Amino acid sequence: MSQIDLTSPARAVALPSLERQYLERRALVSGALTALTWAAAVLGSIPLFSVIFMLVAQGGARLDLEALTALPPAGFEPGGGFGNAILGTLVMVAIATLISVPIGLLAAIYLAVLGPSSQLAGVSRFVAKTLTGFPSILAGVFTYAVLVVAFGYSALAGGIALAVLMLPTVVLAAEEAMKQVPQRMTDAAYGMGCTRSQVIWKVVLPTGLPGILTGVMLAVAGAAGESAPLLFTALFSNYYLAELMEPTASLSILIYNFSAMPFENQIELAWAASLTLVLIVLVFNILARLVGQPKV
Amino acid sequence: MSATAESLGSSASAPAGEVVLDCDLQKVFYGDFLAVRDSRVPIEKGKITGFIGPSGCGKSTVLRSLNRMNDLIPVFRFEGHVKYHGQDIYAKKVDPVVVRRYIGMVFQQPNPFSMSIYDNVAFGLRLNRFKGDLEERVHKAMERAAIWNEVKDKLKNSGLSLSGGQQQRLCIARAIATEPDVLLMDEPCSALDPIATRQVEELMLELKQRYTLALVTHNMQQATRVADTTAFFGVDISRGGRTGYLVEMGETEQIFKDPRQELTKQYVSGEFS
Repeated sequence: MSQIDLTSPARAVALPSLERQYLERRALVSGALTALTWAAAVLGSIPLFSVIFMLVAQGGARLDLEALTALPPAGFEPGGGFGNAILGTLVMVAIATLISVPIGLLAAIYLAVLGPSSQLAGVSRFVAKTLTGFPSILAGVFTYAVLVVAFGYSALAGGIALAVLMLPTVVLAAEEAMKQVPQRMTDAAYGMGCTRSQVIWKVVLPTGLPGILTGVMLAVAGAAGESAPLLFTALFSNYYLAELMEPTASLSILIYNFSAMPFENQIELAWAASLTLVLIVLVFNILARLVGQPKV
Repeated sequence: MSATAESLGSSASAPAGEVVLDCDLQKVFYGDFLAVRDSRVPIEKGKITGFIGPSGCGKSTVLRSLNRMNDLIPVFRFEGHVKYHGQDIYAKKVDPVVVRRYIGMVFQQPNPFSMSIYDNVAFGLRLNRFKGDLEERVHKAMERAAIWNEVKDKLKNSGLSLSGGQQQRLCIARAIATEPDVLLMDEPCSALDPIATRQVEELMLELKQRYTLALVTHNMQQATRVADTTAFFGVDISRGGRTGYLVEMGETEQIFKDPRQELTKQYVSGEFS
């Protein structure tokens, strides 16, 4: 390497070489770090792909119309399926969404727009953040104590337990989405002569909608896969759900039950049900991406 | 004001035309901070009133006091009055929301809503439950804002897909669609390139045929190009704070060619900024 002496103008020497130096320390460190992050990315995706591979390999064979529609088999009975569990999961997730989204959205409006720095907002935000990290079984225990003890196991109780679980996620995601709406847009709306509620309904909500929907869909996907909150609330049933006040099957509980059974048929169905659950979550995620795209 | 004095160009402090917005600002506070004091700024009908001055002199604060935009800042406090056709907009029974429907605003950063170009311009009309021909009004506003030819084939595209200069003209179209009486412009060209700036300036000269304009600008050349009347604000740092105040107001030509105050002279000759 040539060097330039900066101390004396008289002793100017040749320019440094601009050629790439592969064996320089900087180049080596940079190459090593790149390789490391690449390896970590591959390593991180191995468990994900192996789970999906295993689900398809083990559950794919039994995933047919019978499995999707028939009732769970008893003991040594062959065939059967988990149609009632799919229905139960969908119904309870729907109940949870209908409860948590309106409440969550209104709470988020308060947190993001109306009183972002109020004491109430501070407390609610702290509670919501804490609850997102809570073990989900507590949502089940809570609902058991509040509802199940008095009214018995039911799909409604299951849905409410899932709603308790979804609420903090919906609140925080919706608040974040609404806070992303640039202030210059709300300024423009006020400048047009909007009242505060008009600013919220006509500008903040529509502008934040993609982000809100993404958050809701992620919460839905999470709730669909939960089993712990349903253990004490929806229980299980071997039949199709007829009304909301009776116990119901769900995919996650069915997987839990069947995978521990000593029967080959049930274990195969547990694999197929797992694959179905993953596919349902996948569909929700794809929907979230689609609706999350800005329309114009 | 005598004709001789007018012809000498030495004074224009008494406005000749009808005053639409008579702003007599005594004190404006943000919390304990005295931001602007003692500024009487009458805005005349059908003219462009330019606000110039060094940064921190409160020219934007004064402008935003004219349609109560500052009310959005919780610690803002206004002493004095702003009479809009004789009615004090700071009177207790006045609803700031209504004030803003008559006195529109164009901001420093172009701020179209995240909706289609058409919906952006129709926004204010729908807000006011406009009963007439919506499409025609939107079209007319866009023509007046000199944006129609560029967007007529893509009215359904997002307003955010336009370039900065186009976005600003879209915002002007949005502001004039509801036919406000006064248009406040807060450094509308500072985020634009020279060509877009020229277009917006030409547009302002068009618009003053129909509307009364008040314009904050940090660009003195812009003030000389478009403003009929110019108000020069200075900063008073004598009492420890930084308080803006009106130094001098008059016809633009007088302010730039024959300023009465030494401070104005120094500023317009570029001695400080």
